[in-house]
Amino acid sequence: MTTTGGTAPLDFTPAPGAAPFPRMVLAQAGAEVRAMLRNGEQLLLTLIIPVLLLVGFSLAPLIDIGAGRRVDFLVPGVLALAVMSTAFTGQAIATGFERRYGVLKRLGATPLSRSGLMLGKTVAVVAVEVIQAAVIVGVGLALGWRPHGSFLSAALLIVLGTAAFSGLGLLMAGTLRAEATLAGANLVYLVLLGAGGVVFPLSKFPAGAQPFLEALPISALTGGLRTVLADGAALPLGSLAVLAGWAVVALALVSRTFRWE
Amino acid sequence: MSAITGDRHLRAGPAVAVPKLVTMGSPAVEMIDLVKRYGGNTAVNGLTLSAGRGAVTAVLGPNGAGKTSTVEICEGFRRADSGTVRVLGLAPTAAELRARVGVMLQGGGVPPAMRCGEWLRLVSRFYAHPLDSRALLGRLGLTEHARTPCRRLSGGQQQRLSLAAAVIGRPELVFLDEPTAGLDPQARHACWDLVAELRGAGVSVVLTTHHMDEAERLADQVVIIDRGRVVAEGTPASLTGAERQLRFRARPGLALEELLNALPSGSAAKESPAGHYIIEGLVGPELLATVTAWCAAEGVTADDLRIERRTLEDVFLELTGRELR
Repeated sequence: MTTTGGTAPLDFTPAPGAAPFPRMVLAQAGAEVRAMLRNGEQLLLTLIIPVLLLVGFSLAPLIDIGAGRRVDFLVPGVLALAVMSTAFTGQAIATGFERRYGVLKRLGATPLSRSGLMLGKTVAVVAVEVIQAAVIVGVGLALGWRPHGSFLSAALLIVLGTAAFSGLGLLMAGTLRAEATLAGANLVYLVLLGAGGVVFPLSKFPAGAQPFLEALPISALTGGLRTVLADGAALPLGSLAVLAGWAVVALALVSRTFRWE
Repeated sequence: MSAITGDRHLRAGPAVAVPKLVTMGSPAVEMIDLVKRYGGNTAVNGLTLSAGRGAVTAVLGPNGAGKTSTVEICEGFRRADSGTVRVLGLAPTAAELRARVGVMLQGGGVPPAMRCGEWLRLVSRFYAHPLDSRALLGRLGLTEHARTPCRRLSGGQQQRLSLAAAVIGRPELVFLDEPTAGLDPQARHACWDLVAELRGAGVSVVLTTHHMDEAERLADQVVIIDRGRVVAEGTPASLTGAERQLRFRARPGLALEELLNALPSGSAAKESPAGHYIIEGLVGPELLATVTAWCAAEGVTADDLRIERRTLEDVFLELTGRELR
């Protein structure tokens, strides 16, 4: 074999040992963040579409949001979309293919435990969300967005939303075939983008449909973020309760049904 | 590799020596009466074997013999339905083993979107004293592919990357499930060299293979399994035995009866496959002279005439049959 350094001395003498847990988790999270930021299709869902929606609908009077400024209505919705795109769509597709290609199985043979792997994935999702939020907030401010309300309340909504969407994403990735997850996660993204109050207000839907739509995790997140960031409300307990419910149910189902290979 | 051996003694610090001393007593892998069923199909059917410390153990068997099931039970991926398994003296699912055992899966286990070098570096970060990932990539001829996404690597390159990931954590024991399947001859030799070097460094190796030459060349101990049971085990030499045979090639359809009459009693002659002749018996100068004289009388030139021991492949086919499965 033509190798560079083919005779480099490598000491194979056994010296087994696991790295410290935080180092393993950060290594896994770092690799996942790089993979997410390099993946073109993923960037389309997580950054390009949200920013285009924010800019397009802010500048052009395409939707009737009632009273108030369009950008103040749009930034919270687009933030919620960004959370869904990373925690749900991106994570479901990536994890589904990791399962399909035996990567989850192979990682199971390393000292990184399953809880360490899940923690690494969570850290990676949160890190990407921070980047998304920075871009969306920056673009929003440039468009004249004037945020209100408590940053902590918004952060709490985003954390619970992340937990709920991660649970739903992993539920798909851990049970369906990778191709089905790919199709399903994109379809759900589109449906929830349209019907979850991201850019179209829920009040425009028929009255009979509204209670169902409001129970969706995306609507709880868009609605909750809007009451905090646009209306300056303190803690939108209803939205938090809906998100917590989805998170508990989805993560409980994940822990019972997730198949690693 | 004397430089490496010397280096090893210098570097044998406590982190290296302690786990070795503590666990030296038990075999690397020990299983007794292992049974694994998938629905009505019994993949492993009362398997008993032991793989020695610091040795290379090759598990041979036809497709579906239960090799991968057996290895995956040892790796902690599957649970046996009955029987006992100890890996380095521990239950296969013991968390402690994940740092002490290196694993190369049979296909897969390489993330398509990650770069080759990035994946190996990530795996290295899970261990306390890993090998340098660049040096290991170089050893396996992957340096120029370090920035290539894994999905664009050839099958053989992915195999080599999997092999690298199995050894990067400096394990005491490695499981290699068909490590050379689909490799070109150069890469196969590189893999063999690596296994020999692991053995030299005191690593226990358990590998499965279809390649008899691989087992013959690498293994201290060979275990042949068929239909989930051990059908033979021993060193390659003890399995192939001392008996020798004379082989040659000539035009097909020679009348062997006359030759047999001329040979000492107890000899056997057969044509298998057509044009390939095998003479068994007391292979010595007389037998050789008789065969060549007969060839001269028949007016044929014996091609590729050679005297050799039975190969592991002969033994394998004898034990597991020739029919396709």
